[in-house]
Order: sequence, then C-alpha cells, then structure tokens
Amino acid sequence: MSETEVFMQQVIYGLSNGMIIALVALGYTMVYGIIELINFAHGDVFTLGGFLALTVVGALGAAAIVDPGTLGDSSHWLLLFGLVIVCGLFCGGMNVAIDRIVYKPLRRAPKLTQLVAAIGVSFILVNLALFWGGAPMEVFGGGNAAAASKDFPELLEGSNLLGEDSNVVLRLEDIAIFVITIPLMIGLTLFVKKTRLGRGMRATAQNPVAAQLMGIDTNRVIAATFMIGGFLGGAASVMWSLYNNTISFQMGFRAGMDAFTAAVLGGIGSLPGAMIGGVLIGLIRAMSDQYIETRWTNVVVFGVLILILVFRPSGLLGLKQKEKV
Amino acid sequence: MKTLLLRSALVLAATVLPIFSAPVFGADASEGALRKTAGPLKIVSSLPRTGSANAQTTSMVNGIKMAIAEVGGKIGDQVLSYEDWDDASPQRGNWDPAVEAQNADKAIADAAVLAYIGTYNSGAAKISMPKLNAAGIVMVSPANTAPNLTKPGFGESNEPAVYRPSGKVNYFRVVPTDDVQGAVAADFAKELGAKKVFVLNDREVYGKGVAGVFEKRAKDIGLEVVGVDGIDAKASNYKSLVTKMKQAGAEVVYFGGTTQTNAGQLAKDIVSGGLKAKLIVPDGCYEKAFIEAAGDKALAGRAYITFGGVDPKLLEGKGKDFYESYKKTYGGEPEGYAVYGYEAAKVVIAAMQRIHAAGGTLTRESVLAEVGKTKDFTGALGTWSFDANGDTTNRTMSVNTVKDGDFTTVKVVN
Repeated sequence: MSETEVFMQQVIYGLSNGMIIALVALGYTMVYGIIELINFAHGDVFTLGGFLALTVVGALGAAAIVDPGTLGDSSHWLLLFGLVIVCGLFCGGMNVAIDRIVYKPLRRAPKLTQLVAAIGVSFILVNLALFWGGAPMEVFGGGNAAAASKDFPELLEGSNLLGEDSNVVLRLEDIAIFVITIPLMIGLTLFVKKTRLGRGMRATAQNPVAAQLMGIDTNRVIAATFMIGGFLGGAASVMWSLYNNTISFQMGFRAGMDAFTAAVLGGIGSLPGAMIGGVLIGLIRAMSDQYIETRWTNVVVFGVLILILVFRPSGLLGLKQKEKV
Repeated sequence: MKTLLLRSALVLAATVLPIFSAPVFGADASEGALRKTAGPLKIVSSLPRTGSANAQTTSMVNGIKMAIAEVGGKIGDQVLSYEDWDDASPQRGNWDPAVEAQNADKAIADAAVLAYIGTYNSGAAKISMPKLNAAGIVMVSPANTAPNLTKPGFGESNEPAVYRPSGKVNYFRVVPTDDVQGAVAADFAKELGAKKVFVLNDREVYGKGVAGVFEKRAKDIGLEVVGVDGIDAKASNYKSLVTKMKQAGAEVVYFGGTTQTNAGQLAKDIVSGGLKAKLIVPDGCYEKAFIEAAGDKALAGRAYITFGGVDPKLLEGKGKDFYESYKKTYGGEPEGYAVYGYEAAKVVIAAMQRIHAAGGTLTRESVLAEVGKTKDFTGALGTWSFDANGDTTNRTMSVNTVKDGDFTTVKVVN
C-alpha cells in the first residue's frame, strides 16, 4: 500500500466512525442545549437500539439475511431503512419516557441531583441490556451467555466496491453510513431553523422562562428534543451494528464517551459543533492508530480535547455561556 | 434520630457478635486434634461467572464438582463441601479486581476454606496470590498461564517474589505456562510460511505476557516482527489498525488476548479490512464464545488458536474416562478448560486423602504442604508433577482452527 492509499483508507474509516459518533453526539448536545443536563443515559439508550435491531433481524430470520445469494439486493436497503426508523422511534420513545419519569420531576432540583439521576438511569439501562442479551433467540447465542458480544449479521454485501484488487477498501456499509447520516443531519438543521417547533426549541434553549411567557409549551418542546435526540441515537445504533457487526451490552459506554467528548469538543449545545466534533474524533482516532500507535489513541483524543478547551473553553463552535442569574 | 438508633444498633451488633461467637470457634480449634472427623472442609473456586467466559467457567465448575462427587463429597468421614464464587462484575463483563480481592478476603475469613481453586485470568491471580500466600491457603489455578506469576525473568524484577510475602510457594497450576505457549505459536507461524508478523496485545497481564514470548521467539527463529502494539479492548472496531498492519505487510497477526478483550472484533476487522493475514490467538480464545463473537466466517481457515493441552475429545487414559463421564453427567461437550478444573480439584483432593490416610489433621498448613509434594500424579492430563515454582511439568500444547462452528485440532506438540 502506498502512503496515499493508506491515508485515503484512514480518511474513509475516520469519516465512517466519526459520522456514527456525531449522530450520538447530537443527542447529548440537544438535551444539554435545552435543559443543561448531561444525559448520561443516552449512550445506553443507544445500546438498547442495537439490541432491538438484532432482535428484529433475528425475528425476520437471520439465515435469509446472511445468504450471499440475496445480499445486496434492494430489499436489504429496505430492511436497513426500516431498522433505522424502528430503532429510532424506539430509542426516541425511550428517551421521552425517561424524561417523563425521571428528569421531569427533578426539573427544578439542583443540577447535581439531575446528573446523578442520569447516571442511575444509565446503570438501569445497562442491566436491562444485559438481561436482553439473555433472550432465548438464535441470534443471541440461544440466550446462554447474556454478557457475551453478539455477532450482528452482515446486512449489506461485503465486497470491495473499488474492486477486489484495490488496496483501499470501500464497502457498501461505508456508503450506507453517509447515505443515512447526512440527510438526517441536514433534516435536523432545517427542522431547528425553519419549523415552529424548532423555533420553540431555540427559544427554550435561550431562556425557558421567557419562552414560556411567550406562550411556548416548554414541556412539549423538551419532550420533542428528547424524542429527536433519541431517534438519532437509535439510527446511530443501527449504523454502528451494521458497521462493526458486533453488539454488546457495553457498546454504549465507549460510544457514549466518544460522543460526549465530541459534543464538548464542538461546543456543547451547538448542533454543527457536535457534527464537526464527531467527525473530528473519528478522524483523530484513525490517524492516531496509523501514524502514532493504537495504544496512544485515547491519550491523543483527550489530549486534543484538553488543548482545545484550554484555548476555547466553550469548544470549537460553542458560544460563551453567560451565567444565568 | 431513628437512623442514629439503627446505626448504633448495627455497630453494637457488629462488635458484640464476634465476641460471642469467638469462643465457639476457639473450642472447635482446640478440640480439632481430638476429633479429626469433625469440622467442615471447604474448597472454593473463584472464576469469572458473569460475562462471556461463563460457558467456559461453567464447564470448569462442572469439572470441579465431578472431582468432588467421585470421592462421594467426603474425605474419610468429613464432609467436603464446595462453593462456586464469581470474580467478575456485570459492569465489566469480565473479571473485576475489586471482586477478586473480596473473594480472597472471604476465603481467608472462613476458617473452613482449605483450598482456593482459581483464578481464570492471570491478572486476577496477581491480586489474590499475595493475600492467600500470607494466609497460607493453597491456591491451584486451572487456567492462569502468565509465566511471571511463578518464574523469575519474565516480568518485573520483583516478580514472582512480590506474590509470596511469606517466602513460601502456595500457588500451583495444572496448566502449562505461556513461555511454552507463545513459543509454540511462533513456531507455528513459521510453519504457515509467514516471514512478517505483527504482534498485538490487550494490555493485560496475560495478553502482554504471551505476546512478549511470541515476539521474542519469532525473532529467534528468524521471523521479521513488523510491528508491536497494544489495543484498546473497548474500542468499537480496529479497522484503522488493520490498515496499518496491511501496510506493514503482515502475513501473520498474533493477538495476545482473550474473547473478553475483543479478539472476535479484531478477527472480523481483519476480514472486512481486506488483510489476508492469518490470525493466531492464545488459549484465552479457546472457547465457544470466541466463535460466537467472531462468526464462523471470520475464523474458518484464517484463525489458529493455541491451547495448553488437547481437545477434550482427544484425551487418553483417565482423561478419556473424564470426557465420557462429563458427557454422561452434564449432557454436553466440555469446554477446553473443564478438564483443568477437574484436575485442579483432583490434585487437592488427592493431597487431602493422603493426609487422612496417614492419620494427619486436615488444616490449611497440612493441605498446602501436601499439595506441594505432588509428584508423578496420574490424572486426566497424564502423569505429571509440580516443580519447585509450583508449575506443572506437563508441557503438551495443541494448535487448533475453526471448522463448521467448532474447534478442530491441527497439531499437537509435546
């Protein structure tokens, strides 16, 4: 492999991984933007999305899906889009329910209380995923080893689109990530900019009391925010499972940590910030694996984060937060 | 006020109860010499029961139970009981240092515990070894393979002395160590015709140790080590790393790690990243969970798993009896380490029986001394002894691959 090929390959991997991180990061940043809560449970909602995806795939018959004869035909794209919608709605609904049951009663409580509640919810969800992993289904290994990593079947044909002889590998799953992630991001941006509910979100983010005085139903706006954030997390979980072909009850931990880092890097509360932060982290990881050493990658990622926060304390695109009085 | 009351009641209970119970234990100890047949005897095991190693450890626990059942759960007239402890936590899905430390403390506090079978992970052994050594409890590991736990010159300069605060050897193992395993893997890489190898580890005691041995042996036999790196066991994928290995021209990738430290994901990413190298992994991956996590496709004909011993199906003599009896009792195939669980329990029980036959008292001290004397023991793994470091003299190794969703043996090295 020549240096250029290597670089190209790492850019592809960096972007693909980064896009997934960015989708999850949007969920963190949206919720933070509206109610200033770091929703630690978000990563675990993402995990449950992955488990739902595998359950659906298993119920539809994993055997039919991994049959190479039918791979790559349009029904698999249909299945993929279907999964994105089903898992997205599930995670969105889950997020809204968590907000209703746990966060809403604590809305006026000190920030620390809410934060601890979020961590508590996170633990509950991790264990729920552990329990789910023991489901007596073939795709879950017959339910014998709940905590084991599960093999997620390949939904798209795995051959190299650039030809089997090419050193650079580009697969349908890389394309799928772009085809699904980019429209979601554009849609989100338009939604927040153009629609009435989106305006309500921006208003609530700026000043919830004033927004309420202006006749905005802030509770509805908050619920919508959790719904959209969760939907993006659910979509990300499908992308993640498709891309890595493995799910485990702990997958949300690392994905959540990367995404939260991305949100902070880009400026928490900022939508384009989270997108850029996610892609940046994906690229930094790939480049560090290649040009430094894998064992240093986490050090590099957090080193960059610290550097950026030293020079821009509110992140790349974050606005300077005024202390509310 | 209410809580204060409750708390003082608890404190009172905690301080007073031992005072009342102490004389009871005291009486037991003083009369021990008179009534040899009384007093409970207990063997405990500490293995990761939560997490993907569960299938493997269940099989090992079954092996231990079989060994105890074979003597009717008794040494002479004394009942020999067994407790199966977990050293993993759900949060980690793998062994947990805090839980392993608790288990060791629990064993020390329970006067009935005469032997500790464990651990599965070499990293976990580092935690319980010094504790149990100070307490003089014999520890027999059915699965630890890191050489630095018992032999000088493989790890830090203070190893293994740091695990033996009392200066005596209390830790034994029935499984061949990684200085054998890593070398067998390197020799096999050469047999595969590889010239360039890339060595990875999971940055744990076991993985780093065995990968280090592989690397050294590979250089000695003229293979070119084109890269060495430690992976992040929690990373979502290793595609970027695979690209780096591809650029380095790796023909064999050696990963010192386990199923629990993401060997399955690595195997998948090697395939999807278009790296045509073979993957060699150590015995930490010799379990069905590895095949389940990686998928048959990523392993068949591409991955080789070394294992200290042979496929249970290929065991001979007493080992064959074990295999038949295991299948009859539990209705399934034993995992690779089941026979080691069985052998570890067997060797402890044999020592206890020897003490009993000689008319001695079964104490932590006598059991420890007697286990150490094990020589030319004929068990399921053949005839072997413990050497001065506490290691088995058995050095049988096998190289396996995956075919039709199961392991098949390619080669046996003695």
